[in-house]
Amino acid sequence: MIPAPFDYVRAGSLAEAIDFLRRDPDGTKLVAGGHTLIPTLKLRLASPALLVDIRGVAEMKGILVGEDSISIGVLTTHAELLASHALHQVLPIFRQAANLIADPQVRNRGTIGGSLANADPAADWPAIVIALKAELEVASASGSRRVAANDFFVDIFSTALEPDEVLVAIHIPRPAADTRFSYRKIRHPASGYAVVGVAAGVRVNVGVAADVSIGVTGAAGHAFAGDVAAKFLAGKALSQGNIGEAARLQSAATECLSDRYASAEYRASLVRTEITRALLALAA
Amino acid sequence: MNATVLPYIGQPLKRREDFKFLTGKGRYVDDIRLPGMLHMAIARSPHAHAIIKNVDLGAAKAAPGVRLALSGQDLQGKIGPIVPNWVMPGTKVPFRPVVAIDRVRFVGECVALVVAETQAQAYDAVGLIDVDYEMLPAVIDEEAAIGPDAPQLHDNVPGNITTVYKVRGGDYAMAAREADQVLKLRLVNNRLIPTCMETRSVVAAPEPDGTLTVYMPSQVPHMHRRWIAETVGIPEHLLRVVAPDIGGGFGAKMHLYPEELLCPHLARELGAPVKWWESRSESHQSTNHGRAHTENIEVAIKNDGIILGLKVETLGNVGAYLSNMASGGPTVNTVNFGTGNYRIANYEATSRVVVTNTVPVDAYRGYGRPEGAYIAERAIDAVARHLNLDQVEIRRKNFIQLADFPYRPYGGMAVIYDSGNYQGLLDKALAAFNYDARRNERDTLRRNGIYRGIGVAAYTHMCGMAPSRRLALIGFDRGGWESARVAIDSSGRATVYSGSMSQGHGHVTSLSQIAADVLQIPIESIDVIQGDTRQVQAGHGTFNSRSMAVGGSSLHVCSQRIVAKAKKMAAGMLEVDEKDIAYAAGRFSVPGTDIAPLAFGKVARMAYVGHKLPDGVTPGLDETVFYDPTGMSAPSGVHLAYVEVDPETGIVDIIDYVAVDDVGTLINPLLAAGQIHGGVVQGIAQALYEEVSYDPDSGQLLTGSLLDYAVPRAEHVPSITSLFQETPSPTNPIGVKGIGESGSIAAPPCMVHAVLDALSPFGISHLDMPLTPPRIWAAVQSARNGAGQ
Repeated sequence: MIPAPFDYVRAGSLAEAIDFLRRDPDGTKLVAGGHTLIPTLKLRLASPALLVDIRGVAEMKGILVGEDSISIGVLTTHAELLASHALHQVLPIFRQAANLIADPQVRNRGTIGGSLANADPAADWPAIVIALKAELEVASASGSRRVAANDFFVDIFSTALEPDEVLVAIHIPRPAADTRFSYRKIRHPASGYAVVGVAAGVRVNVGVAADVSIGVTGAAGHAFAGDVAAKFLAGKALSQGNIGEAARLQSAATECLSDRYASAEYRASLVRTEITRALLALAA
Repeated sequence: MNATVLPYIGQPLKRREDFKFLTGKGRYVDDIRLPGMLHMAIARSPHAHAIIKNVDLGAAKAAPGVRLALSGQDLQGKIGPIVPNWVMPGTKVPFRPVVAIDRVRFVGECVALVVAETQAQAYDAVGLIDVDYEMLPAVIDEEAAIGPDAPQLHDNVPGNITTVYKVRGGDYAMAAREADQVLKLRLVNNRLIPTCMETRSVVAAPEPDGTLTVYMPSQVPHMHRRWIAETVGIPEHLLRVVAPDIGGGFGAKMHLYPEELLCPHLARELGAPVKWWESRSESHQSTNHGRAHTENIEVAIKNDGIILGLKVETLGNVGAYLSNMASGGPTVNTVNFGTGNYRIANYEATSRVVVTNTVPVDAYRGYGRPEGAYIAERAIDAVARHLNLDQVEIRRKNFIQLADFPYRPYGGMAVIYDSGNYQGLLDKALAAFNYDARRNERDTLRRNGIYRGIGVAAYTHMCGMAPSRRLALIGFDRGGWESARVAIDSSGRATVYSGSMSQGHGHVTSLSQIAADVLQIPIESIDVIQGDTRQVQAGHGTFNSRSMAVGGSSLHVCSQRIVAKAKKMAAGMLEVDEKDIAYAAGRFSVPGTDIAPLAFGKVARMAYVGHKLPDGVTPGLDETVFYDPTGMSAPSGVHLAYVEVDPETGIVDIIDYVAVDDVGTLINPLLAAGQIHGGVVQGIAQALYEEVSYDPDSGQLLTGSLLDYAVPRAEHVPSITSLFQETPSPTNPIGVKGIGESGSIAAPPCMVHAVLDALSPFGISHLDMPLTPPRIWAAVQSARNGAGQ
């Protein structure tokens, strides 16, 4: 319950954080909210030589709602995402989802960037950024690049981040005004994480689905886009039958995780049920 | 002076202790920091079953700040062994060293320890201990453990069975012959972790006068003083056990654990205070678990729903060693109560106590009675389902009747239900639940594909184990009495010293209410002291729902003695005959005369000044009573639950929960409802959420943290309606019955019945707890597949 010894520094800027990381990428961990990292250290499942506290880095904070896109700094807490009126005006899914994350204490400290970079297969934000077709901005000493959200999550706790790269911001293309998004999750009774979580977005144009996007978390080794269902529905009426078939196809195409609590079959069934319910609600 | 409102008993007073707790001023063992205090950390076995070939402490001893590092071998012959306090006749008691010597038998067992100057140093050094193990095959399941090829845990426990207990009444074989049908059921009572907000913690401090003070969150401070004295080898009068504020006990803090013996021993060895604090992960693998039974049941029935006989085969998994009360839980506490609230004349039960390579299992809120009620209730519900009878009517038909009390189930001698009115409970519960309307609603919704269910459960049990001499018959090495001392000061205010021990119960409030009524003084004039063996004369502490029925009665009798003595003093002061004096509203008066009444405070002052005491009356107003009840009280209740099950996700939504309980005279309805709420939440948790899980092959604990083990949160439980019916117990002067365990006894079968009722359209008639969404979904799937859908 007490971490192994480590050194601790506070980075004053993104450049400084990158520099610390560059010097010893494998022995260095960035810490912001610390909700996953600190317990990991206390259980001595990780013992980095250096912790770089990035909470003071101003350029990694904040929510910017622009004409064409919405940018969210990675240090933005769940509570700030929940409270932001400007964000809620354009993307109410953030408030809806933040409300389903843990409890107020956790939300006050935990950050969206920590959740994304940690890539817990059952975390909530990965499904949401995928459904929003976000781009994740990462930076290193050699510059910055953007990774499509759906390409960012590679495996269990594994992302497209290189060891010397820092996740900086989330950029979301501003959706058409008539696109509606929603997030649903079935919580694990102990952890509160998603056994299966589904974020979905729908735009209906003259009775048929013009845009359907789906992000799924909890079901597989990493969050993924529900492209099978989205493709099936493209240009089709959002009828109960079509939605049900789309969800069935997506579920059948998903290789689900199995653990002590929930079997792969159960998760596959939830993928189908939750996609169906999410889309039916959005189509209504 | 505040206005006195008599009687206090029966009033829903807010808890007098709450201000302290709500403002963060509670003081727990972990808050204690003494000068020069050292810290102990424990090296625990990572294996379920292994031979210890070598323990290398070299690196740990050389680590910074380390004062001492010891293995089990180093401690051999110095302290221990740990022996159980309840040993059923015929029990084979396995040898349990304080620290494992040559073999480990569960993941989490102590194998070595370090004492260092800081807690961090102690943890670091524990990481340097190198233990060489030779793996042995492990067995974790009670059914597997009694198999012919099962790994054997202890040489003196052949077949892994420590105890076989049988209870019978009537003639079950005859009942089975006369029955129209015999229904069979196999029930699993899931293993639970008693999750207290405050984990265990110990500080042992040698005092300059040669005594030793042990601070620990103990439900039973005087019992712990005796056990630590005997196991560590300290004269009991030189040992002081102090239990400060406690963050929950639920049974888990009334046993004897290695750390509670190690800290006192090491503090004496090192001449310095030694502290140990249990992390949550350690708690999961070292604090005793609860339940862990498998029951095989046969019910002999007539086709009209009358139950002729019941046969029960219990296997109680007690983990690797016999903990404190472990041989009593699956035996006396469980199968004695297998017939529940019903007239079942023919009963035959056998219980086997089984050791396995798991954390020891001992008392947890209800201990045996939840398991017993689960037998009776699941059985009668299964009969109703099987015969397509109404779940309420079948209970009415088989209930013990009002005229039957006091009732001895199955004509036995061991169990006696002192009082009760089960029909009354049922009627009140049905009315509060709006049963008929709900049933109609359920049926209507069911036709629309919405699956709602109603669960019913009745329970009764016995609490406040007593009288002392009867406890000898079952090998329970303690008494059934409780002590109380009431010390009146010279102003007439009272200090109550009670052997009961609050762990969040609110005893300062409830005990004050009892004393205030008898003493006829304002509750603000009463202080309550518990949990310090140097201040409190003697006691058994709080468990088995005994604090009000036994501790409260003790205080009641003691307070009466104060009044009786004060009356003699008043007679002297007023110069009248004692029998002419009346005592009311805190004043001694002489009815029919113009003699000015004498306030209690004036008499108290005289008691200590001693100027005008009548002949033969000693000074002082200070009485101590050891009260040994003549019998046990039998609380009872009927609970109803209304749920909706989503067959596509398996999620259970609890729409309503109504509890009607008969706990005799209510001392404080607000605290009583609080006890019901807490117990029901724990019971709902057993039914729907909580389950300890072990890997069956490796014996690794899979629910090692609160990320895996689902303790209920606010979102998991409904608003609970708690109502009462008061049938006073004839076994004690207040008429009170136990309450603490009621909710956790009634709620598991009630919830399971509700879910099974909701799932009845699928033809699902049985599920084992916990009814998690994946488990419910799987049952629905297989029912649908079986039905060819």
